[in-house]
Amino acid sequence: MADTADLASSGAPEPVTLHGCPLVVSFGQQVLFVPRDQYAKVVKSLLADGYEMVSDLTAVDYLQMPERTVPDGVVAERFEVVVNLLSLKDRQRLRVRVQVPADDASIPTLFDLYPGTEAMEREVYDMFGITFTDHPDLTRILMPEDWDGHPLRKDYEVGRIPVQFKGAPN
Amino acid sequence: MSILDTIEQGNEPEQGLKPRSELTARELLREVGAVLRLSETEAAKLGDLPVDPSEDQTMIINMGPQHPSTHGVLRLMLELQGETVLRCKPIIGYLHTGMEKTGEQLTYLQGGTNVTRMDYLSPLNNELVFSLATEKLLGIEDDIPERAVWMRMLLSELNRMSSHLLFMATNGMDLGAVSMMIYGWREREEVLRFFQKVTGLRMNHNFIRPGGVAADLPAGWRDDVLHLLEMIEPRLEEYDTLMTGQPIWRDRLQGVGVITPQEAIALGATGPILRGAGVPWDLRRDQPYLRYPEVDFDVIVGSYGDAFDRYAIRLNEIRESMKIVRQVLDKMPSGDYRIQNKKVTPPPRARIDESMEALIHHFKIFTEGFKVPEGEVYVAIESPRGEIGCYIASDGSATPYRMHVRAPSFVNIQCLPHMMRGGLVADAVAVISSVDPVLGEVDR
Repeated sequence: MADTADLASSGAPEPVTLHGCPLVVSFGQQVLFVPRDQYAKVVKSLLADGYEMVSDLTAVDYLQMPERTVPDGVVAERFEVVVNLLSLKDRQRLRVRVQVPADDASIPTLFDLYPGTEAMEREVYDMFGITFTDHPDLTRILMPEDWDGHPLRKDYEVGRIPVQFKGAPN
Repeated sequence: MSILDTIEQGNEPEQGLKPRSELTARELLREVGAVLRLSETEAAKLGDLPVDPSEDQTMIINMGPQHPSTHGVLRLMLELQGETVLRCKPIIGYLHTGMEKTGEQLTYLQGGTNVTRMDYLSPLNNELVFSLATEKLLGIEDDIPERAVWMRMLLSELNRMSSHLLFMATNGMDLGAVSMMIYGWREREEVLRFFQKVTGLRMNHNFIRPGGVAADLPAGWRDDVLHLLEMIEPRLEEYDTLMTGQPIWRDRLQGVGVITPQEAIALGATGPILRGAGVPWDLRRDQPYLRYPEVDFDVIVGSYGDAFDRYAIRLNEIRESMKIVRQVLDKMPSGDYRIQNKKVTPPPRARIDESMEALIHHFKIFTEGFKVPEGEVYVAIESPRGEIGCYIASDGSATPYRMHVRAPSFVNIQCLPHMMRGGLVADAVAVISSVDPVLGEVDR
């Protein structure tokens, strides 16, 4: 686990990394930027480091914010999956941010490492249309099954569809 | 094939629980195997359930969404063999109103009215976590006046009491102790009466706001709180007489819905479920916020992880909250109840009558809101149901770019299939009740 003393001097020339990924401090919170192809591997190492719980898994659609700040070497993509890990032993939190491109919106599931992410990943799929490969039950969770579109995407027009429910006349 | 055709053919839609004949062995073992981090063969060796009963011995039934013991619109699909629950799948979304999407349209000042409606049994905790996240983005979290911080603690703990008192009521009702329902609601109502005096509303207060709280405590608040504490203390003793030591009550709850600490952690469960399994984890102590390090309280921990532990933890947490409230009464400082930062605080009403600038400022802050610097934060606090977290990504405008609430109930109901496995249908009711989900925050 990275030493917090090192993080305090983030102005130092040497960028802080953890498992080879850039680690930055945002508002006093540790944020790790993980490339998508290493996501499953890095999270597995973090679990071995003692981050035994995923307290939250969500996503953000940065469609209207292409110019946002990311550390050097990280290419900002449209979607970002945000995983909040928690270590009960060290009483520490770590946030993992993964860039997911719009043309291939998929990312490996964490279900095998953290079964508690099952519902959270389904919610992200439902709301953003990001698919989680090898997820055991990737279906909509909050919206009706026959709903079109993914409501939390920024290009989802609010109020575009009148009402969509089973059996409602078109 | 459209959804209507699927239903007409008698098949359940894809969200539902599928019959055994349509599942592979891997899918069947998924629930228990994944949680225990076992391989398929290891999970199969557990052998605590009948191995693959033929399909005419089992049936799949719906419990809810209109079942009275499902605390709202939770729908469970249960696979039963006789009276034994083999599999269970919670199906949610019946109360989904897109509150996270709505939150993107509301300014930070209006956001409180939105989040307070998520967990409607502990609205003040929702407002608190949203305000703390906004304040962190604004960089003013250390400048909040002391009185505002202690008022937040007072309200948050009273809210924990009212929420747990309602749990006492519904838990009693679900298990047939119907008189308990009346008692629990009665005591909760007394707490809500105090909230009404302070905030003007019984629920959905929008009282804790970024920068402090909406108003100072009313005259005579100290007597009201003392009166409340004196009244509830002996009533908790009555609950003990009525339920805790009563053989029927213990028989219904002990050994029901057991979850181990490893399972609870793997499933991300927090709050009384995690503590009931024996993990001493309470964010008020382990990742302190507000002034919790300055008050003395105990974290109540169970040892068996069953429904009785979760009941006993909540009952004793009411006592711990009362202990905190008494200390808050002693330590409540005088001073301002909101930050005097022109950016986030509207001018006082009297100033508007005499100053044009104050009028403009007041108008601007309520129509446009205040701008929040770019960035993203996640703040978590301990709500009565577990860890409630707020993730805000800001683009520098007056509304959040993305506002996500990590709802404890949403994560906690994932424990239901695990707790119910191999139990009786009658125990299913006890299990749902002991998880204490609030569907408003499950579906958001």
